[in-house]
Amino acid sequence: MAKLPKPQDLAKVNYQPPAKGWMHVKPEFRPGTYVNAAQPKWLEMVNYPYPRAWSVTDEDWKLPPDWKEIILQGMEDRLKRFRSLKLFFDICVRCGACADKCHFYLGTGDPKNMPVMRAELLRSVYKRYFKPAGKILGELAGARDLTEDVIKEWFSYLHQCTECRRCSVFCPYGIDMAEMTILGRELLSSIGINIEWAMASVASCYTKGSHIGATPQAYKDMIDFLAEENERITGISTPVTYNRKGAEILFITPSGDYFADPGSYTMMGYLLLFKYLDLDFTMSTYAAEGGNFGYFISHEMGKRLNIKMYEEAKRLGVKWILGGECGHMWRVCNQYMGTFYGESPSFLEVPKSPITGTVFEHARAHKMVHISEFTADLIRHGKLKFDVSRNAHIKLTFHDSCNPSRAMGILEEPRYIIRNVLPEGHFFEMPPNTIREKTFCCGSGTALNADEFMETRMKAGFPRANAVRYVHEKYGVNHLGCICALDRATLPPLMQYWVPEVEVTGITELVGNALVFPDEIERTTDLRDRPLVGFEEAEEEEEAE
Amino acid sequence: MTDFFKMHFFVPLAAVLGLVAMAYFGAQANLQWVFGVAIPYLAILLFFEGLIYRIVQWARSPVPFRIPTTCGQQESLPWIERTLADKLDNPSKFTQVVGRMALEVLAFRSLFRNTRTELKKHPEFPEGQKLVHWSYKWLWLGAIAFHYAFLTVLLRHLRFVSEPVWGFVHRLETVDGFVNFYTPVVYLTDIVLLTALTYLLARRLANPAMRYLSLAADYFPLFLILGIGLTGFLLRYIYRTDITAVKQLAMGLVTFHPVVPAGISPLFFAHLFLVCVLFAYFPFSKLMHMPGVFLSPTRNLANNNRQRVHINPWNYPVKFHTYMDQENEYREAMVEAGIPVEIPPAAPAEEEK
Repeated sequence: MAKLPKPQDLAKVNYQPPAKGWMHVKPEFRPGTYVNAAQPKWLEMVNYPYPRAWSVTDEDWKLPPDWKEIILQGMEDRLKRFRSLKLFFDICVRCGACADKCHFYLGTGDPKNMPVMRAELLRSVYKRYFKPAGKILGELAGARDLTEDVIKEWFSYLHQCTECRRCSVFCPYGIDMAEMTILGRELLSSIGINIEWAMASVASCYTKGSHIGATPQAYKDMIDFLAEENERITGISTPVTYNRKGAEILFITPSGDYFADPGSYTMMGYLLLFKYLDLDFTMSTYAAEGGNFGYFISHEMGKRLNIKMYEEAKRLGVKWILGGECGHMWRVCNQYMGTFYGESPSFLEVPKSPITGTVFEHARAHKMVHISEFTADLIRHGKLKFDVSRNAHIKLTFHDSCNPSRAMGILEEPRYIIRNVLPEGHFFEMPPNTIREKTFCCGSGTALNADEFMETRMKAGFPRANAVRYVHEKYGVNHLGCICALDRATLPPLMQYWVPEVEVTGITELVGNALVFPDEIERTTDLRDRPLVGFEEAEEEEEAE
Repeated sequence: MTDFFKMHFFVPLAAVLGLVAMAYFGAQANLQWVFGVAIPYLAILLFFEGLIYRIVQWARSPVPFRIPTTCGQQESLPWIERTLADKLDNPSKFTQVVGRMALEVLAFRSLFRNTRTELKKHPEFPEGQKLVHWSYKWLWLGAIAFHYAFLTVLLRHLRFVSEPVWGFVHRLETVDGFVNFYTPVVYLTDIVLLTALTYLLARRLANPAMRYLSLAADYFPLFLILGIGLTGFLLRYIYRTDITAVKQLAMGLVTFHPVVPAGISPLFFAHLFLVCVLFAYFPFSKLMHMPGVFLSPTRNLANNNRQRVHINPWNYPVKFHTYMDQENEYREAMVEAGIPVEIPPAAPAEEEK
């Protein structure tokens, strides 16, 4: 792997554009700044076109002979199917309001990472082949020929966009780079250009059940292990049933939550919460993945993975679906799932909390509820008993994940939970221009959380990290909370690099820490085995023994 | 100065200067009928036909997914407070969408949100740098000043096509000419229009990133409208022409009895020609952002996906891995792990047979 420069060097961003015009600057592939090409075996597993072995640094990407026709036909096709694409191509005035909103631009200083320019990389080809002015005037009309270098450039810059939609908040016409990136990646995929990290996850999820490729039995093992951890720490047994027909609720969460720290602590939190409520829920080995990397390749692949959720809910005969903490999962679940399915799933019921009786009216057609909505409702009805002193070692700031904030608007629910599970005065907001709908991405979303991409990831995450640095210095914040499993995978290395004093936590983990069970053992540690405030010495003695 | 910039800046500048020269000398070469009658009709025709064509073209492509960009708290649990701002920035009902669109179109809501981010040296942070974000309203101010000034100027020109002049045009003139310091009365919007245009041009030139991304298609409309503004300014305040003759020409055009009276200066024809070019150019340019913003799917849809299913007209069934595919592959292991299955595995004894 490429050596990662020091933070001091990475933070010196040069915003001076190159001397040459952008149409004549070729993309550069330096280790640490590109994502690897997908191996052919993954494409074969999901029947995706043109599987072949190729490498990003190769001169020849072994494109299919008629690649140009495929791209242009694909573009025409998408112009017919997506008003968004046509409109966004046509109405941009290049006012530049989006420029300094993009974390990739702020972190790299590369002008092609200004959303307006990134869109122009695609738009220039649209103008050349679909607009009379571009056909006649060429470069003067901002049009250029589609060449292999253009394809390489698309590959580079469409994989320096995490579809976070921050630019779209500020655009006076709501032009959404995410939409262009999704469709641009579809075009690349149509000539067999995919990235390893996305394709491997998709193929594993498609064939086995989750991105991490765990078999049904391994999936059960991982979750059972976390349930045992709960029992060891709290004395409370939190058993999980799998594929159980007739359960009231199907719980689906991203694999990140049961696969690795610190997501696993959030998973432990879910299980403690469900046990506390004696919730009639089950988890599925088939709909084992909440996240959806398919959506980072194409709308179609997104649907091919997403459809498992409703299919499994139908097979198991549950009443409704509860979803875990995740970002893009919730963009897909909120803005695409019902449309993918084509109708409101009649085999499910309008979600109703069995504990409080609250009917989740806002999810009446879709029949899926976010864990933060579910938990906030419980707290509001006084159904949960907390000992907030168990979170007294935590000074928290909250990272609004891109999609829950800009493709849903779930802003207050997690904050309400946070205020109830933390001691007074332990929650601090980052500066207002870096939270809520203006939140900065972790810098590694949309399957860009590959190790080989670390340098660019650290650059793209710099705006987020810098705001965390601010609250860390000012208030002594030592934890960064989030409701996104991908964040829990990508923010720890980001914090390790920029603000090593800060750890990353899910919100339900904090709930798990604070929940008081009547028959629990005395708690001296949190779910991470860290001593609680007042038990530091006991811990040390134990270690000494 | 890069070649790229030179081309995209100077070609449209030369084009607009050329257009001015064409009309100026054309009018002197007795082509008043061309510039005063034929071209205005043609331009209006192109404008409306082009506008309708482009909007129909957009409308023909469906909106497969409901993808609003949400900028406030969603509608969820009844006790979670939603302020008016939340309702307008994250609408869940049609009326709220109307409110959001009205704010966007009339007040440039999203631009008003604009921030500026800069990297500053900050020795107290270990990395030595700090990103500073602050609210930045200049672009919003420049944009809104330009658009409203241009609209007012356009409305004031209705005095040329109405006889007697409509009351609201009179009132507009009175308000616009409120500050009285020169004869003829100086309209404030004239000053605002030219100032705002200068700002919008200057920001493209002064900021290296803006200069890098700007295309001829960005400079051309700026030069064109600046040309219109400047020729109009000269006509009103310095090189006045026979205003009654101009009105005769305008009334002739709108009543479809075109006449070209004598005494109209070539400068006026230059002004009129630039306006005609603007109208004709409009439907084929980025100026289509004006009708386009109404169709923007990230703004004109309610965030109510979980309440009402959005139907995609080209939705099609996809191939997916079914539960039975999974069970068939892992049945034995699942049973061994205690996971319930649909079809129990064949008894080992039978298998042996």
